[in-house]
Amino acid sequence: MSSRDVVLARVRRALADVPRGEGPYDPPVPRDYRRVHGTRTPEETVELLAVNLADYRALVHRCAPAELPSLIGRLLAARGARTVVVPPGLDPRWLSAADVSVVPDRAADTARDLDAVDSVVTGCAVAVAETGTLVLDGGPDQGRRRITLVPDHHVCVVRVADQVVDSVPQALPRLSPRRPLTWISGPSATSDIELDRVEGVHGPRTLEVVLVGAGAEHGGAG
Amino acid sequence: MSRSFLGMPAFPRAAAVSTRDTRLRANLAHATHTIRDKRARAVAELDDWAQLRAAGAAIKDRTLRHLDHYLEQLEESVVAAGGRVHWAADADEANRIVARLVRETGEREVVKVKSMATQEIGLNEALADAGIRAYETDLAELIVQLGDDLPSHILVPAIHRNRAEIRDVFRREMGKWGRPAPEGLSDSPAELAEAARLHLREKFLTAKVGISGANFMVAESGTLVVVESEGNGRMCLTLPETLISVVGIEKTVPTWQDLEVFLQLLPRSSTAERMNPYTTTWTGTTDGDGPRTFHLVLLDNGRTDTLADTVGRQALRCIRCSACLNVCPVYERAGGHAYGSPYPGPIGAILTPQLRGVAGPLEQSLPYASSLCGACYEVCPVAIDIPEVLVHLRERVVEGGPVTRHGARVVLKPAKGHAAERAAMRAAAWAFDHPGALRGGMRLAARTRRLHPRRLPGPGRAWSDTRALPAVPAESFRDWWQRTRGGAAGPERGGRT
Ligand code: SF4
Repeated sequence: MSSRDVVLARVRRALADVPRGEGPYDPPVPRDYRRVHGTRTPEETVELLAVNLADYRALVHRCAPAELPSLIGRLLAARGARTVVVPPGLDPRWLSAADVSVVPDRAADTARDLDAVDSVVTGCAVAVAETGTLVLDGGPDQGRRRITLVPDHHVCVVRVADQVVDSVPQALPRLSPRRPLTWISGPSATSDIELDRVEGVHGPRTLEVVLVGAGAEHGGAG
Repeated sequence: MSRSFLGMPAFPRAAAVSTRDTRLRANLAHATHTIRDKRARAVAELDDWAQLRAAGAAIKDRTLRHLDHYLEQLEESVVAAGGRVHWAADADEANRIVARLVRETGEREVVKVKSMATQEIGLNEALADAGIRAYETDLAELIVQLGDDLPSHILVPAIHRNRAEIRDVFRREMGKWGRPAPEGLSDSPAELAEAARLHLREKFLTAKVGISGANFMVAESGTLVVVESEGNGRMCLTLPETLISVVGIEKTVPTWQDLEVFLQLLPRSSTAERMNPYTTTWTGTTDGDGPRTFHLVLLDNGRTDTLADTVGRQALRCIRCSACLNVCPVYERAGGHAYGSPYPGPIGAILTPQLRGVAGPLEQSLPYASSLCGACYEVCPVAIDIPEVLVHLRERVVEGGPVTRHGARVVLKPAKGHAAERAAMRAAAWAFDHPGALRGGMRLAARTRRLHPRRLPGPGRAWSDTRALPAVPAESFRDWWQRTRGGAAGPERGGRT
């Protein structure tokens, strides 16, 4: 008998009390929890996203689409970044005003090669306002998971309002479980030493989020 | 190498020693109160918390009642997505499987992300025996590992260490494991975290094999989920060529949609955050992104025995948020080590005796490590009625009866003679000697009396008896630790260095 058979047989014996006719989806699950907490206009949802991102120490900026290249250029210059890795499908215009050397993400590059890169610029798949979360799904403008992990500075562009949802229950149906996902809520952090919060351990220590969309310039840069 | 919990003294003895260490107690009190208050605020933000909690409990119950179905579905989905699935009936088998998988890669080193399942089975020690070095990469686990120590809290395993001690451990030990601590390292948490970042980055950039657990496994899609804060999880899950995840069978949930409940419950209940900094989900392997080989080791190790107990089964709903630790007056005073397993606090008091059985003195004493005040139940995001299970397990210890061990039905004899009663009396006397431990402890008093086995010393009586605090310590926690960790004068220790 394989261990698989052993474990499954044990499970079945352990469940002798479960009525024979009961199917796997029969035990009821009440789903009367909320899909969204509160009611907000799309603008308010974006505002909540910005507030929650900032609350977890992400640096939040807003701009109109036409201003995006110059804003990205300024953010990279302020950081002193000289090299920037980008995913293959990133709109080349985004970096058109940046004075950096752009490193394409190549499969042959090692993690150590990436470690030498200053910054990474990506888009995202979904942003969740209630939790201040960005979700990356490896799409063409996001790339492999490692490029947003090893460099110390991540600039992530969110298209408002179409990429922004209110809540976790709204986010999951927009994401495919088949794709590897990274949910990011602020830069990495630890409270392991006397519960003192320290921002930035292994992931990028600086996370900058650009909310780009029509009318967004009125929100001002954060 | 971190130490193993095997051979820990029974709860009352270990607790009596650690409660005398004032610093440990102060650290714990500070930590538990801080987390508790923050958590209350994070939970209060969601006005449907009660509904989420009910849904979380119901999803887990649905899964557990049909676990065979969901495990087979999970296996099928993982395999279809390019992963390989292994089944381990017990700790030894899981360790053998992992050691073999690592050996097949030709590697001698692995990076690990904090996983309670691998602590439970003593994986690091087993790998060391097989000539494989496992590097813990969670900051707290690193502190514990470098300090040759044991974790004491699910979420903040090094809660018993202060910053100066951590600096000393880093200065002394980092060089032996890899990149040494920077010159002139101070004890500021930011500098210590930076030292850990530099030390571990060397490991991440070169590691070929990663080992993890998982918070959830989605049966319908074969997706695994790891929730974390520091980014070491992402490093271990995405940079190595081979990933081996060791996961308890109870971590299964049926559907992708079910995550909408747990990804709301877990971060708020655990770290008191709206969302933890990083969550990674993956399904099998993905071309060009992440490990090329993925192994899932499904672990039983007492879980099916727990499942067989219709009262105790609910312990398998646990999502390891650690909220019950932070509200527990007994945990606050006893500290995590007293529970003698990787699972401290109220959840440890009901999980360990079920996973291991109640034959040993530690396992027999654990159901008594509680004042039955019910705070753990109130706070549990999946509504595990911990006091109910505690009372149930007390009955089992004292009266014996039919139980399942290693998959077979056996009849447990009542604990020999009056040994259990004595153990119970000592435990109860300890817990109820501490007036603070009992404040607000009336919720279950009446109910407990009703459910109590005839021959058990009633906690109600015990706590009215004596109120004196322990006398001047004969031996501080630190001395006790020093004495017993070496194994020279202490009882036989299961750990190795
Ligand atoms: S028993 Fe409940 S409160 Fe305790 S760790 Fe598990 S899920 Fe959290």
